[in-house]
Amino acid sequence: MGTQKRISRSAFLKVVGAGVVASSTLSTLSGCTVSTTAKSGDGGGAGNENALNFYNWSDYVNPKTTIPNFEKEYGVEVTQDFYSDNEALLAKLQAGGTGYDVIVPSDYMVSVMRKSDIVQKLDRSRIPNFDNVSADFKGLPFDPNNDYSMPYQWGTTGILYNKKELGEISSWDVLWDTEYKGEIAMMSDVRETMGAALKLLGYSLNSTDPEQLEEAKQLLLEQKPLLRGYFASFEVRPLVQNGDVLLGHVYSGDGFLAIAENKDLDYAIPEEGATRWVDNMAIPVGAEHVDNAYKFINYILGAKAGASLTNYTFYGSPNEAAEPMIKKEILDDPRIYPPPEVFERLEVIEDIGEATRKYERIFTEVKSA
Amino acid sequence: MAPVTIWLGLFFLVPLLLILIFSFGRSGVYGGITLGFNPGNYLKVFDPLYLEIVGRTFVIALTNTLLCLALGYPLAYFIVFKGHRWRNALILLVMVPFWTSLLVRAYSWVVILNGNGIANRTLQFLGITDEPVTLIFTPQAVTMGMVYSYLPFMVLPLYAALEKLDVSLKEAAQDLGASRWHTFWRVTFPLSMPGVIAGSILVFIPSAGEFVIPNLLGGSRTVLMGNLIQQQFLQARDWAFGSALSVMLAVLLLGAIMFYIRRIGTDKLEGV
Amino acid sequence: MGESKGGPIYKGLGKIPDRALFLFAGLVYLFFYAPIFVMVFFSFNENRSTQVWGGFSLKWYGELLRDQSVLDAFKTSMIVGVTATAIATVIGTLTALALTRHRFRAKTFADSTIYAATVMPEIVVGVSLLVFFVAIQFALGITTIIIAHVAFTISFVTIVVRARLSGMDQSLEEAAQDLGANPVTTFLRVTLPLILPGVMAGALLAFTLSFDDFVITFFVAGVGSSTLPLKIYSMIKFGVSPVINALSTVVLVATLVLILGGSRILTRREKT
Repeated sequence: MGTQKRISRSAFLKVVGAGVVASSTLSTLSGCTVSTTAKSGDGGGAGNENALNFYNWSDYVNPKTTIPNFEKEYGVEVTQDFYSDNEALLAKLQAGGTGYDVIVPSDYMVSVMRKSDIVQKLDRSRIPNFDNVSADFKGLPFDPNNDYSMPYQWGTTGILYNKKELGEISSWDVLWDTEYKGEIAMMSDVRETMGAALKLLGYSLNSTDPEQLEEAKQLLLEQKPLLRGYFASFEVRPLVQNGDVLLGHVYSGDGFLAIAENKDLDYAIPEEGATRWVDNMAIPVGAEHVDNAYKFINYILGAKAGASLTNYTFYGSPNEAAEPMIKKEILDDPRIYPPPEVFERLEVIEDIGEATRKYERIFTEVKSA
Repeated sequence: MAPVTIWLGLFFLVPLLLILIFSFGRSGVYGGITLGFNPGNYLKVFDPLYLEIVGRTFVIALTNTLLCLALGYPLAYFIVFKGHRWRNALILLVMVPFWTSLLVRAYSWVVILNGNGIANRTLQFLGITDEPVTLIFTPQAVTMGMVYSYLPFMVLPLYAALEKLDVSLKEAAQDLGASRWHTFWRVTFPLSMPGVIAGSILVFIPSAGEFVIPNLLGGSRTVLMGNLIQQQFLQARDWAFGSALSVMLAVLLLGAIMFYIRRIGTDKLEGV
Repeated sequence: MGESKGGPIYKGLGKIPDRALFLFAGLVYLFFYAPIFVMVFFSFNENRSTQVWGGFSLKWYGELLRDQSVLDAFKTSMIVGVTATAIATVIGTLTALALTRHRFRAKTFADSTIYAATVMPEIVVGVSLLVFFVAIQFALGITTIIIAHVAFTISFVTIVVRARLSGMDQSLEEAAQDLGANPVTTFLRVTLPLILPGVMAGALLAFTLSFDDFVITFFVAGVGSSTLPLKIYSMIKFGVSPVINALSTVVLVATLVLILGGSRILTRREKT
């Protein structure tokens, strides 16, 4: 028995020994702040000059043209990885996950990232195509001088509904109508759902006023019994398409995908106002292929690239110069390119700093109720 | 061999130690952590809203464990004692569905359980219901989903434990006139206890950290510890609080397990 | 894995319990495979949807052959899965042996650490490992994914193998050593075969956990090293494409063929 015990014991002691080593390593580390600045990566595109590491949302480029054309024109090899959540992107970059040269954060996330030194200041002189961007998309609240980001695609959030059954819809309050109990689906995104409640109350969806937030909370608590649940936008889509739910809170793109499959459906931007969201390109601090990053951003802002993106994704392009090349059916669709009076009612989501946690807590309370 | 084991042991312990350290830190407004000694994060946990979530999580984890045991034991028993030469295939067949993405399977459940899905159509066909019943995005759907996700965690250890049972013990009991039931409760089940304990732990613990199923199958209407912790690291950008919650969860779960093991008796764990 | 003699173990005692058990097992397997059937069904969908049917089409299988990113992701998942499982199984088994066979003071601490590792929510493990990798300047890539997967699966293997080891009679091993076998031979020729079902069960569990892991992998993956879950979850924004269903169906069919085919070969060999 003796020798066998020794083997097993030694294997175990090694694990314990590892623990000791780990603790001592950590005690030396624990004197520091866990930095939120991304460190320069050692891996990924190791020293390859003609590479670009692009971190994007899935299915957000035209597979036939966007990247292949860029690669041909500039002789750069692009590696595209995907994420599906702004917050996950932030957490990964904050924990030090690097290697990417261009990322695509949404509006408020640009704010968060620039305030926590995750993205670097842009040298606008290297992005001449910025002139192509329409005035409505320059200098948005989350990045007043476009020092850190360049707009990529934009859309709205609204209501996808069965027009055949419900007729025309124009207000958020339909989502609170007890007649449709069990047939309403809201988004699980805290800013969007709180935003809908705040808009219905006539407030800004960036409000930090405690009273207004409390009112929104009450409204959401009232709504909960009427709901099927809180879902991601893309989950709401099949629910409305299938007829399981009559009213769904969705991003514009999901709305249009559903309408393409089911002609009974329609997408509405409520009259009280809604979200205008904008996804943007930015360069993380510590990016390895900064030159190629600038080339890429400038390329996307070119008229041709901008048009081919929109023609594929059916999201709006912030690129005025691209308009002549965008499919007419898209340009003419008031739901994708809303007329000025509707456009005015749209609000961009901004970072609200500390109040973010208040929103989170309210939403947790509502979901727990 | 030695340096490799040490190295890997390191990575194994790192999350545990780092989280402990983070839980005493202070979260930046935009995420990240400043290290220090700040027990305030733990105090934040004692908020009725969060305590309710903790309580609910435990109840669900416990229910899930019991259900998995009730379903998993007979299945493991069947595979080991009635499977004969198909034993290996049968146990592998239990795992095969789980090599398909959980996301794909969860969305398939939505299709099965929704308004005009197979489940409802079958119920109406059999005359049990007249109209579609709401099956999906309910607490019951979450329960079913959790059992679905964790059943293999119960079946595998049970299989491992039952498989080694000396068949001759059972035959001896029966030769001595014991009935089948008797043999099971007095001989088989007690000897399989290490498997029962291992399976219970492997289901109970991860169940308490579950966050995907309540969202996919429950319409995000049930908030569990897993969801709460996930939120703290992502949307709320409060890593310190998220870490404190994780530590509390770990302590509570470990406490529960130690209590469980002590009650059953450590000897049963060893089967000595 | 073990084998039993052919034929029922219990001699002619009431066929009803046997049939009931068989029926029960059948229902459980149906439960496991229900969403799988749906998944296979939708792999033939004309629409780009995994939940709304639009007609029959084989196009996604063609798409699969053309989609290099999905195939690459699958390959990466396999490499990571097999490697991490192999390493975790070895370490987990050794750890289980150490913990079961030996009494020492740090035992409760060791137990707690093993259980604590299964408690940690995935986001916690993912973020903390990433922080650690960055701190020691370990480049992110497939290696970091493998290390992370080993780290979080070791405990599961340990717990399963322990269930097998508990109460195992050590007389065979002692006899071998009395007869002059050295520890390594004893381990390989005596111990290992005895605990093999447990080790295999542990390995199976580890592989399953690794193959479908998303959260941890998301944080520790390097540029261009996408695993299948990463690819699938990233497709979420626009809905998971039936290409994934097609891939999963192909994998499913291949696995089933291997398992059932392998079983037949093994049993045939037994007879000779």
